[in-house]
Amino acid sequence: MSKRKVKETHMPVGECISQVQMILRERFCHQRLPEKPVGMESQHKHLLELLRRTAVHGESNSVLIVGPRGSGKTMLLNCVLRELLEVKDVNKNVLPVHLNGLLQTDDRIALKEITRQLNLENVVGDKVFGSFAENLAFLLEALKKGDRSSSRPVLFILDEFDLFAHHKNQTLLYNLLDVSQSAQAPVAVIGLTCRLDVLELLEKRVKSRFSHRQIHLLSSLSFIQYLDNVRSQLSLPQDFPDTKFYDEWNDSIKTLCEDQLVVDVLQSHYNSSKDFRSLQLLLMLALSRVSASKPAIKPTDLLEASRVCMVDSKANILHGLSILELCLIIAMKHLNDIYEGEPFNFQMVHNEFKKFLQRKSHSIHNFDKPVVIKAFEHLQQLELIKSMDSSTAKIQKEYQLMKLLLDHSQIMEALQKYPQCPTDVKQWAMSAFG
Amino acid sequence: MQEGIQCSCCESEQCLSVIRGIHSDDSVEKTFLGNGRNGDKHTCICPIETLVWTNDYTLVQRARCNIDCHCLSMCHCLSMLSCSKQCSYPSIFIYGHRATGKSHVIHTLLKELELPYATVSCVECVSVGLLFEQVLLSLFGSDSASLLSRNPSLSDFVRVYKQLCVQASAKQTRYIVLDRAELLRDMEANLLPAFLRLQELVEDNVTVILLSEIVWDKFRPNTGCFEPLLLHFPDYSKGELQQILSEDSHPSYSPELYSAFINILLGVFYSVCRDLRELSLRLSMLKFQPLFSLPSVKESDTHKLWRNIEPHLKKAMQTVYLREVSSVQWEQQLKMEEKEAGAVRGLSAHAHVELPYYSKFLLIAAYLASYNPARTDKRFFLKHHGKIKKTNFLKKHEKTSNHLLGPKPFPLDRLLAIFYSVVDSRVAPTASVFCQISSLVTLQLLNQVGHDDQLDAPKYKCAVSLDFILAISRTVSFDMVKYLYDFL
Repeated sequence: MSKRKVKETHMPVGECISQVQMILRERFCHQRLPEKPVGMESQHKHLLELLRRTAVHGESNSVLIVGPRGSGKTMLLNCVLRELLEVKDVNKNVLPVHLNGLLQTDDRIALKEITRQLNLENVVGDKVFGSFAENLAFLLEALKKGDRSSSRPVLFILDEFDLFAHHKNQTLLYNLLDVSQSAQAPVAVIGLTCRLDVLELLEKRVKSRFSHRQIHLLSSLSFIQYLDNVRSQLSLPQDFPDTKFYDEWNDSIKTLCEDQLVVDVLQSHYNSSKDFRSLQLLLMLALSRVSASKPAIKPTDLLEASRVCMVDSKANILHGLSILELCLIIAMKHLNDIYEGEPFNFQMVHNEFKKFLQRKSHSIHNFDKPVVIKAFEHLQQLELIKSMDSSTAKIQKEYQLMKLLLDHSQIMEALQKYPQCPTDVKQWAMSAFG
Repeated sequence: MQEGIQCSCCESEQCLSVIRGIHSDDSVEKTFLGNGRNGDKHTCICPIETLVWTNDYTLVQRARCNIDCHCLSMCHCLSMLSCSKQCSYPSIFIYGHRATGKSHVIHTLLKELELPYATVSCVECVSVGLLFEQVLLSLFGSDSASLLSRNPSLSDFVRVYKQLCVQASAKQTRYIVLDRAELLRDMEANLLPAFLRLQELVEDNVTVILLSEIVWDKFRPNTGCFEPLLLHFPDYSKGELQQILSEDSHPSYSPELYSAFINILLGVFYSVCRDLRELSLRLSMLKFQPLFSLPSVKESDTHKLWRNIEPHLKKAMQTVYLREVSSVQWEQQLKMEEKEAGAVRGLSAHAHVELPYYSKFLLIAAYLASYNPARTDKRFFLKHHGKIKKTNFLKKHEKTSNHLLGPKPFPLDRLLAIFYSVVDSRVAPTASVFCQISSLVTLQLLNQVGHDDQLDAPKYKCAVSLDFILAISRTVSFDMVKYLYDFL
């Protein structure tokens, strides 16, 4: 039972699979950095050079890394930091301070966090400072080395940089960038943001102190590089203990990536978004089907995973509605068609529904008005319809104007998949006018 | 040591019955027995076994999973969760209709697999501090929550969490389950994006599971956020509902009778509502019918049973389903029904307030003022009105009835004018008439439109429904329909 203690190059399948899962999950769940970030060589070099100038030569700098969600900004920064901190004297001197716009929602909280991360809580003690600038200057002064000649370089890393721009007066940003411009201490301010228009958010005095250096991470992978990336993400590293399994696995991945079905699936994903995060989501879903009795990823797994990723969630919700609620939605669709998207109220919908019941229906029972109101309210709870005005004027609930948040095609598709839908309801939905 | 262990789990559509998983100690073999059509075991490959191998090789847990009808979603969930040192995806979003088993399945899985988890229902968390406290309490023990300050911000929470992690490092993934996650959107704006990437912020192996009935598209913040893994819990089909409801059978009835009864119940209520909770509530109420003990009706005589139950079901739809009558009142009513035949008085029955004579006419006048256009007043209320010509504009916009659009506001003068013409006796404009208008506003039968300051020309709107006003006009023998423009 304790085979794992014995050094063998051959492990049982289950153990291998568990190792594979561990390695690949670490990659996909963002806990392990890749050795080299893919497709960002020039940005990597640029950032590394910049930070090295601060850390080694004591030059102050500020830079913004801009890119859409999931394009690898944090990954790039962490790779650069890892490479930078490998040098011994840099490691001893440099102080990284990580701030996040989601957590530090206030400048006061941000300042406390900076104090804490610089380990200067004891030094500050109970001092009361007049302004933010004084406080920051005190902190930087305290970092000066013994011979008072130079201060230790500090790297301020601001995640969700655009959220800091919403603070009052943008004091934190102003002061940090001010320090980076004046020659007080070697400071590097690195901002990461997903908004391309982040500079518009900055006040004039803050913007003028910023060096306007931006590193853009707009993924420029071609499809071939994308496929290569998939292959390398799924392959096992060299140091896998079981060599036979390692070869088998990597071969299977290679054939997988050449399969036409897989290429089509990846092409459709590539067309919708090129970023790494959605790719990792897809691969994670495919990986979850790997088990000891099925120790390889098949093309159908990827197909299934892609289907799960691209499903329309509203269609899933429509599948579970009752017949009465579905009829109400069809009535609303007809009202939207006739009145071209004007908002409607419950009375109008009920009127349409009653017209259908009188003229065409055989299978739907004539429900009382309160029961229909309850179904209507359920739809409101599911947020499939929304009230138009949130004014405080008292309007009776049947006369409140609402809007339908579903598309014509979504409703028709959902009807096709609806289990045991009565034919007269279907025909009503497809007819042109109520 | 067996290689290639298979565990059997039902993935086919035939086997929707209860799945029982029995693990025997000291053996690596696990079998989930599923009852197929012929009662034979099915062996399908299921990702449940990945969990087996990620555990300590020698440790086998004894687990009994009694989760019905959700094998596929359960398999998906299981494959996402992980037992030991492996990491899990930072956030998972599970959506589906009410009462489709989302919380039940997740909690059962987490409990059976003995994973460390904290579960919080966002309905209970009026402030974010309560949310943080509950999470820390469940994950780190009772004295951890005291480290939080009085009004903790998210920054404090993350800091305390990191501190506690250092003391008690995670050997397994920790799970935080947030139920009714749609309420997170209404709390502070940074809460939802922060929870989605909590793993990154606290640098610990933690996964946040969000459960909601609203789709993910409604949650996404403006500038985007970390996209979670989306899992859908499908709703129950009619057959599955029947199966679940019939598990709970009363000992005095035979199973066939009970399932026939459930069939009838579903036949009536299924087209209105598919919520399992509502249906089981109906069922529990209707179970107390003394019908089954009728000597004249044999068990196999389903047609007679149907005729007996049908009026009760119809009544139930009107009253208990709409929560007009509470379940206790319903039971009492049923017991009393044998002695006297009275209608079940619901909540809306109490809405018929007894109004004084002139108030009734004021209300009628208000209704007429709201739902008749002003130009038609001359025609209805003057003795010699002459001909009214319809202009082109009127002819084009005939179709929309005012009863579809809602009541329109009217000034006080118009109300009084109509009132004086509608009331047959001569009424003097005394203060008692005017204060009756104010009391109608207090009773919320009329709504005041416009600012409170406008004392000289207040505007009102009538807030009653057509049935209500017809009932009132019948009590004063006033033919309402003759005066309504929409019913000409």
